[in-house]
Amino acid sequence: MNDYGVINKRAPRLDAPDKASGRAKYIDDMTMPGMLYGALLQSPIAHGRITNIDTSRAKRLPGVKAVLTAEDVGIVHYGVSPARYDETVFCHDKVRYVGDEVAAVAAVDIETAMEAVSLIKVDYEELPAVFTLEDALSQGAPVVQERYPGNLCAEVHQEFGNVEEGLRQSDLVRTDIFVNKRQDGAFLEPQGCIADFSQNGFLTLYSSTQVPHYVMRNIAMVLGIPIGKARVVKPYVGGGFGPKAGTNTMELASCFLSRKTGRPVKMNYSREQVFLFSRARHQFRHKLTTGIKKDGTIMALINECHLEGGAYASFGIATVYYAGSLLAAPYRLANMRYDGYRVYTNRPACGAQRGHGGVAARAAWEQQLDIMAKEIGMDPVEFRLKNSMETGDITCNEFNTSSFGMRECLEAVAGASRWKEKKGKMPRGKGIGIATGFFVSGAGYPIYRSETPHSTVVIKLSEDGGTAHLLTGSADIGQGSDTAMAMIAAEALGIGLDCIRVSSGDTEFGVDLGAYSSRQTLMTGHATKQAAEDVKRQVLEVVAEKLKFPISDMDVKGGVVTFKGYTPDFSSLRGTYLKEHRGFTDNPAEQGPLQFREAARIAFLSRGSIVGTGKYKPGDLGGSFKGATVGTSPAYGPSAQVVEVTVDMETGQIKVDKMTDAHDCGLAINVTSVEGQMQGSLSMGLGEALFEEVKFDAKGKILNPNFAEYKIPTALDMPNVECIIVESNEPNGPYGAKEVGEGAIMPTIPAILNAVYDATGIRVWELPLTPERVHRAIKDMEKRKE
Amino acid sequence: MKIRFCLNGKNLEIETRPDRRVVDLMREDLGLTGTKESCGSGECGSCTILVDGQARLSCIMLAAQLEGRSVTTIEGISGEEGLHPLQEAFIAHGAVQCGYCTPGMVLTSLALLGRKPCPTRKEIREAISGNLCRCTGYQKIVDAVKTFASERKVYQR
Repeated sequence: MNDYGVINKRAPRLDAPDKASGRAKYIDDMTMPGMLYGALLQSPIAHGRITNIDTSRAKRLPGVKAVLTAEDVGIVHYGVSPARYDETVFCHDKVRYVGDEVAAVAAVDIETAMEAVSLIKVDYEELPAVFTLEDALSQGAPVVQERYPGNLCAEVHQEFGNVEEGLRQSDLVRTDIFVNKRQDGAFLEPQGCIADFSQNGFLTLYSSTQVPHYVMRNIAMVLGIPIGKARVVKPYVGGGFGPKAGTNTMELASCFLSRKTGRPVKMNYSREQVFLFSRARHQFRHKLTTGIKKDGTIMALINECHLEGGAYASFGIATVYYAGSLLAAPYRLANMRYDGYRVYTNRPACGAQRGHGGVAARAAWEQQLDIMAKEIGMDPVEFRLKNSMETGDITCNEFNTSSFGMRECLEAVAGASRWKEKKGKMPRGKGIGIATGFFVSGAGYPIYRSETPHSTVVIKLSEDGGTAHLLTGSADIGQGSDTAMAMIAAEALGIGLDCIRVSSGDTEFGVDLGAYSSRQTLMTGHATKQAAEDVKRQVLEVVAEKLKFPISDMDVKGGVVTFKGYTPDFSSLRGTYLKEHRGFTDNPAEQGPLQFREAARIAFLSRGSIVGTGKYKPGDLGGSFKGATVGTSPAYGPSAQVVEVTVDMETGQIKVDKMTDAHDCGLAINVTSVEGQMQGSLSMGLGEALFEEVKFDAKGKILNPNFAEYKIPTALDMPNVECIIVESNEPNGPYGAKEVGEGAIMPTIPAILNAVYDATGIRVWELPLTPERVHRAIKDMEKRKE
Repeated sequence: MKIRFCLNGKNLEIETRPDRRVVDLMREDLGLTGTKESCGSGECGSCTILVDGQARLSCIMLAAQLEGRSVTTIEGISGEEGLHPLQEAFIAHGAVQCGYCTPGMVLTSLALLGRKPCPTRKEIREAISGNLCRCTGYQKIVDAVKTFASERKVYQR
């Protein structure tokens, strides 16, 4: 047990009252005086050369204030990774997918803006397009991005250990091919933004983003203004899950429109446009060859992966590396070869989504290992326990697991689900399956090469010392980071959670790389803890001077200054405080202990504003081979899941009955939020496993860009989840904390696949597990048996 | 046209186009931005309001349909003494993450509790199955509604 006062408990979220009452302001709830409304003109064809753009009719429409095309805004390339800046605000030579942005309009209202968009005439010379991996990689295929003939956006070739030798020493070698489908982020709040370019040259962009810092860099770069003049502010954000971790076209277009018109400009995506912009989960095709020994030892893995990435790189370079590097754990694996290919097609660009790059790989491998365990007659749990890494193990690609409760997670879910009593003993049509996974606790390196701190935090005390105001650029997009940071600050300062105010998501507050790669609890958490300790030290220094008491023997606990040995006479300090607060009704009791706010008031009188700062940058981590940065992290969070399903053997309909999930988050800062991340991750994994698929017609147009035909789990699809939090006390984390937001999705799909096998005897190698696909697999199996 | 209806306990007469979507009427004309729009086509439940106590989707409802009705939005359920206890239950149980579905979830749950004061977990899941949430996996929402319904507990923050 620990004696923490604030963290490692259940706290109601700071933002929950605003959100539950409807007071919370999201981007679409904001308006500004004189605000204009923007709309985008997007390509109706998948691939074509732009031969002419005529905006004259649109410009003449009453109420239209600006019409912009590439000719007006120029051609500055941007994107996510500087190594693949392949986007421009508007298409200038070609359109590359249905939805590619050609022009933007600002008008007095949205109806006028949309009408103006319809009046812009674009002439296209349609080009042959490529939509699938096979098409895009075929000899002489049309080229999507001219700089990348052959449509290879990125390729990776890595080998660790000696794979051939590992396979030679194996008793059982098996190769399987697995395919998932494009997933959509399906966050409830569509992206939107308001750009406000002031007359004195300062630009503020309010945006529904996960990464204010990166968006700020991109708008400054593309608009050609100094970073110091570009500010990005994130209001409340209605979910992100990855697709909001890059800069979107509206963010740039609205800035240009605001600069042109001198007025604030608001833009929003419709639900259909959310699908068109995409930047969500890639489609992966993994070919895995694994060798194991008869005793269950995993000897070697060859992983070949093709990613269908769409028309632009977005996060794709990181994705293609992750699709390899994330199989190096959580099992001991000495020999691993990876060949990854990220391929351009004429579809919307894919990017990062929860469990970035690793979800399909995990599904493929965990299913294959399950088969192999059975072939050698080993129980799936026993097989996984045998191969599990433990704290201190370093993977073949040099991930250092400074804490790693994989074994504990496995044992916890096996016990809680009563695995031994159920496995192999359930009736036909009912089954149980297990899988594991892990994720990084923050990318070890920024997206652009930089020595920047990954997070800086400022904590400023109010003059009376009663409130500590935490200022951070980090992004709470619904996961609860503001509350977690408040809890960390309160713990480090030794004061109550109700004394902390958090302002976040604003680039004015400092550098924070934002909400991606499950980084904020660890990274922003470190900076927050350091800033709080800095504030505490400054306050105690003044008290130490005034009372001639050694600072080393003082601390703050429960809002009170504590003294070791004896309590010095602090009546003069109290007297000063009371004199400053005549008439206030909440003054400290005459005989009570010295309160932190009293000490802080005295410190303010003596030094002026008490401001503490903190920063965090991971040390030198990981290997030095090409691509070593992707997957390298200060800490790793493993997890295990057991899923129970019922499969209708006639219709192929799957019902998930129960999920048991254990995740090692190091130390839970807010226990309720950790469970929320686990449950939410499982829900997204269940959706990808069972229903989610973005579908296209033969011309590259999305067939189901809406929630009626793109199904995400409802309350009836999700079973109750038993959450088990494993705490391994991560030495590289603040108070031992690490990630939970993405590691928890890793085992979900394969645990479902393995449960479906247990129920039916079928192995499905293509997602999603629609009734049709499952039905067909059952029929095929029955035919084979005849 | 002129329409008359009761909004959050107050009688109202407004001049609007009969085909104005109710979600726009609430959010843009009346400034009640607690009602959210997510899909715009009646598929997600984010824009749920109560019309005569029934959960209705304001993005596929037109202003004329409000004539003579009693409408409650999320802003209308908290009183002078603070939030509605069901809202407090959502807060206490961690049922709120990004919060975009929350107003709709709260109102749909209230409509359920209006017709069924003590629903089972299954009945709660059925009632909210038209309200999508991408963050929570629904469990803590069900916990909140169930605990509130069975204990009628007053939550302290």
